[in-house]
Amino acid sequence: MSTIKFTEDHEWISVDGDIATVGITDYAQGQLGDVVFVELPEVGREVAKGDEAAVVESVKAASEVYAPLGGEIVEVNDVLDGAPATVNEDAEGAGWFVKLKLSDPSELDDLMDEAAYKSFVAGLD
Amino acid sequence: MGTTPTTANEEALLKTSLHALHVELGAKMVPFAGYEMPVQYKLGVMGEHNHTREKAGLFDVSHMGPAFLQVTDESLTGDAAHDAVAEAIETLVPGDIKGLKPGQMRYTQFLNPQGGIMDDLMVTRALDPDRQGTLFLVANAGMKESDFRHIEAKIGDRARLTRIDRDRSLLALQGPAAVNVLSRFVPEARDLSFMELCRVEIEGEPALITRSGYTGEDGYEICLMNSVAETFARKLLNETEVEPIGLGARDSLRLEAGLCLYGHDIDETTSPVEAALTWSIGKRRREEANFPGATRILKEITDGPSRKRVGIRPEGRGPAREGTQIVDASGKQIGIVTSGGFGPTADAPVAMGYVDAAHAKTGTAVTLVVRGKPRAAEIAAMPFIEKRYRK
Repeated sequence: MSTIKFTEDHEWISVDGDIATVGITDYAQGQLGDVVFVELPEVGREVAKGDEAAVVESVKAASEVYAPLGGEIVEVNDVLDGAPATVNEDAEGAGWFVKLKLSDPSELDDLMDEAAYKSFVAGLD
Repeated sequence: MGTTPTTANEEALLKTSLHALHVELGAKMVPFAGYEMPVQYKLGVMGEHNHTREKAGLFDVSHMGPAFLQVTDESLTGDAAHDAVAEAIETLVPGDIKGLKPGQMRYTQFLNPQGGIMDDLMVTRALDPDRQGTLFLVANAGMKESDFRHIEAKIGDRARLTRIDRDRSLLALQGPAAVNVLSRFVPEARDLSFMELCRVEIEGEPALITRSGYTGEDGYEICLMNSVAETFARKLLNETEVEPIGLGARDSLRLEAGLCLYGHDIDETTSPVEAALTWSIGKRRREEANFPGATRILKEITDGPSRKRVGIRPEGRGPAREGTQIVDASGKQIGIVTSGGFGPTADAPVAMGYVDAAHAKTGTAVTLVVRGKPRAAEIAAMPFIEKRYRK
């Protein structure tokens, strides 16, 4: 069974074994507006927690996506190359960014569960 | 035209007369040039951009600086009155203001003594015979206070400035359907030519409309009394073709149209020649050489400027934003991006910026340094879209 966690930077992390799928939340895509380009990292790159892992560009602005956890990039979502709007349409599903092989799964414990993230977002408006 | 956002603390932000309407329409409000303004509504930037190109968009541009400039010598009438007020403002700008026909509008710039651009503005000659000697000016929101001080300090004895930005609102209705929409309320709108003004009544109050805008589309700018602005805006928005459009789409529309944003693409360090605005410097003005910075500007016209504002098309889909370095094949910096983003109509990233003259020719291959990585790009002709102004 997979666990879903969230960060204060509006990323979601779905963990299955030691593989974490990472994307931005529906709240985040709503704030960004229409996504026109996503720059994804190279497969095989090692990232530490907090490293820039991707850049998501809307008509208005570019926003960095930071690695929520450390690990190795094992897959990127090539769909976003031709269809970046997938991030708007299905941010927490088909619009995922990268898959990470976690170097330290215990880092997950620091992240928010869905209820905590919901109340975090509610506090922003 | 268009302006740099200035930082202002939230309590001090001004509100336009349409503020409550923006909020009611679900706008996301942001500080901009001292005003709280809508950056986008429910359609979002891309939806608003596309809607404006396809149908009609309504913009609140009441933060800008409309004013009248009127000759002080009341004994003058007709062409003599116009010539006098034109001669006064021509000491500050390089545009041919004297040569405007009644009701004609022209784009020009306030220049500093070095020929740098202090602001860009629209100047329109009064249409009616009994109003000659009056010019209608519209300056940028972020610069209007300093522009008005500049006018008063330099030509206050010859012409009286009356700012009308506090009791009047400014709306822009832009897009191919703008003509049909506005004509339903203001029949005079239909036959108005591009860059011309007419005086009309809106909701029983006097108003000015010009066939102009900053999107590359046909459309109008409407200067009307605050007391009727919201009523009229609601009527326009009730028309099926019209959606409200925020500053986000205003920026992507003007960028695709190749139009400058003051504080970004032009500023006190750039001359009109460098900024590829030489077309706006009147022939007579060049011969008379009597505008601020004329020595530098005329030399740049003759010899060519050392750098030039150009359009840039990055390869691929990723935008190159303001501040992106432009380098040549050897990695030497040859310029900088001053506006950049994704053009929804161009369906590609588009940018403008300054490059050394040797690299300014359309088709020249250049490299952009985006987040430390080289990205291929090409110097491109502007506008990035086909302009559809009314001929």
